[in-house]
Amino acid sequence: MTNQSAVQARGLVKRYKNKIALDGVDLDVPRGTVHGLLGPNGAGKTTAVRILTTLTDADGGTASVAGFDVRSQPREVRRRIGLTGQQTAVDDLMTARQNLTMFGRLFRLGKTAAQRRADELLEIFGLAEAAGRSPKKFSGGMRRRLDLAASMILAPQVLFLDEPTTGLDPAGRREVWEAVRDLAAQGTTVLLTTHYLDEADKLCDRISVIDQGRNFIEDSPAGLKRRIGDERLEVVVSHPAELQRLEELVVRVLGAEPTLDEAEVRLSVPVSDGVPALTSVAAEIRAQDIDVADIGLRRPTLDEAFLHLTSAPAEPAIKETR
Amino acid sequence: MTTTLTPQPARAVAAESAGSRLLWAARDCWTIVLQEFTHLLRQPSTFAWQIGFPVVMVLMFVYVFGSAMDVAGQGAGEGYVDFAMPGMFAMTMALGFMDTAYAVTHNKEKGFMDRFRSMPMASSAPVTGRALSDVIRAGLDLVIIAAVALLIGWRSGGSLGATLLAFVLLLWLRLALIFVGIFLGLCIKNTETAGMLFAVAFPLGFISSVFTPPEMMPGWLGAIAAWNPVSSTATAIRELFQTQGIEYLEPAYWIDGHALTAAFIWPAVIMAIFIPLAVRQFKNLSR
Repeated sequence: MTNQSAVQARGLVKRYKNKIALDGVDLDVPRGTVHGLLGPNGAGKTTAVRILTTLTDADGGTASVAGFDVRSQPREVRRRIGLTGQQTAVDDLMTARQNLTMFGRLFRLGKTAAQRRADELLEIFGLAEAAGRSPKKFSGGMRRRLDLAASMILAPQVLFLDEPTTGLDPAGRREVWEAVRDLAAQGTTVLLTTHYLDEADKLCDRISVIDQGRNFIEDSPAGLKRRIGDERLEVVVSHPAELQRLEELVVRVLGAEPTLDEAEVRLSVPVSDGVPALTSVAAEIRAQDIDVADIGLRRPTLDEAFLHLTSAPAEPAIKETR
Repeated sequence: MTTTLTPQPARAVAAESAGSRLLWAARDCWTIVLQEFTHLLRQPSTFAWQIGFPVVMVLMFVYVFGSAMDVAGQGAGEGYVDFAMPGMFAMTMALGFMDTAYAVTHNKEKGFMDRFRSMPMASSAPVTGRALSDVIRAGLDLVIIAAVALLIGWRSGGSLGATLLAFVLLLWLRLALIFVGIFLGLCIKNTETAGMLFAVAFPLGFISSVFTPPEMMPGWLGAIAAWNPVSSTATAIRELFQTQGIEYLEPAYWIDGHALTAAFIWPAVIMAIFIPLAVRQFKNLSR
């Protein structure tokens, strides 16, 4: 177990007052992989991370991180993990460099070692220029990178990221993704939570979908997407009368049976190879001179995926308390 | 770059001796203290505002109200600096718990507490570091307020030893209230609701002998004021400073006659109650 699994959890249970946040979650994260915990708000993702990072005691089940039991050997676990929580836990009243030096000291580095490590990390995370400034003036992406740097002081074996890109603009999200990929490439095991399907898709080797405190599905990103359903081509016509013509056209070009939404005057058809299908349908629409208001490829959102997979609403059944 | 982020095998800590753990706890505590002082150095204006409040209060009471006050028949304005200053010292110590509570709530809210708790540092350090840095801060507050007081004519009539003991008693009160602050700070959900601290701070500061002798209040209120821990410290340090005029007031409450003893015991009682409460609240974070 200790040789393959960086994170192993069996039947984790956590109750808050009369709400059940986790109801028997299992996890296996092999060393050196990036694992995503995907689920809607309130699914129990944060609670799982809090238990694995020794912040919260589980009410049932067992968990080990880097080979040590989170309940009986929390200090050993803490020496081997990094945590970047939902909040960017950096001190706005100190410079970026002072922040990292302080965390270095608390990770038991000597004074000069802490300073050297701070400079190193600032360099690695592209913050050397901003070393003397307060994170208060940083962009969201820079703050997150500083936060990540603080988690990487000891080069931990397992890095936990709780919704690392929530609240960031697209540029910031890309910066963080790049940083996480770099870390993973160098051997850090990463467990991240997200409610963005595309984030899990881009970063993870395996994805555990959890919902209402239970394991739902575990799969590779490609496998998950297959289960969720392929891309769909959607066309909205300008005149309801033309929907019929469009349907005939799509059947002829793609050989697939589309679904029609009369109210929205929209046609929707699953496609396996999105772009060629889009261009050939578009060309035919033009040749037939059908007036189209909108045309595009869509992937089901996570919410739709949950609807599709569970045929239950993706509403949070349990309120995440932390 | 390749070597510096590659996971390193960590040394097991299980074998650490109790002595070395204590040493690390002390060092982690000091790191937190240094963090607090970095804040002061980087934000001198915030520090100036915090210290400015009691200084303005001193000047206001002495010059605005003091001119109308007649302390024990010495004539209007006479001797009021000497009467008011011990009260101001005690009041500054009493209200300081709000800063403590606010800082604790802020750290909890910003995810700092979680980050610290997920690190291999001593779990006591956030609390001990907070307590130590707040005591040092309080000492700094006292030095500055005393300097202003000396400028406007306040003098301690007591011996050097008695005067120093008075300042020790003030810090002793502040230390006890730090744990009240830590407890409240952990209870409060977020910094927006921290305004409720005033509901605790104002009665604590004002229903006391800080500005007016309890003997001059309505009986029931006077009793509450007299038994307020802040009153005991204020009265005790007035005795130690040998403030003129107070001997004219016959102590109407038993505790008034034993202020010096009470100034030692009250903070100890507060700590006996609030340290366990704060520790319990801290442990509740892992619920």
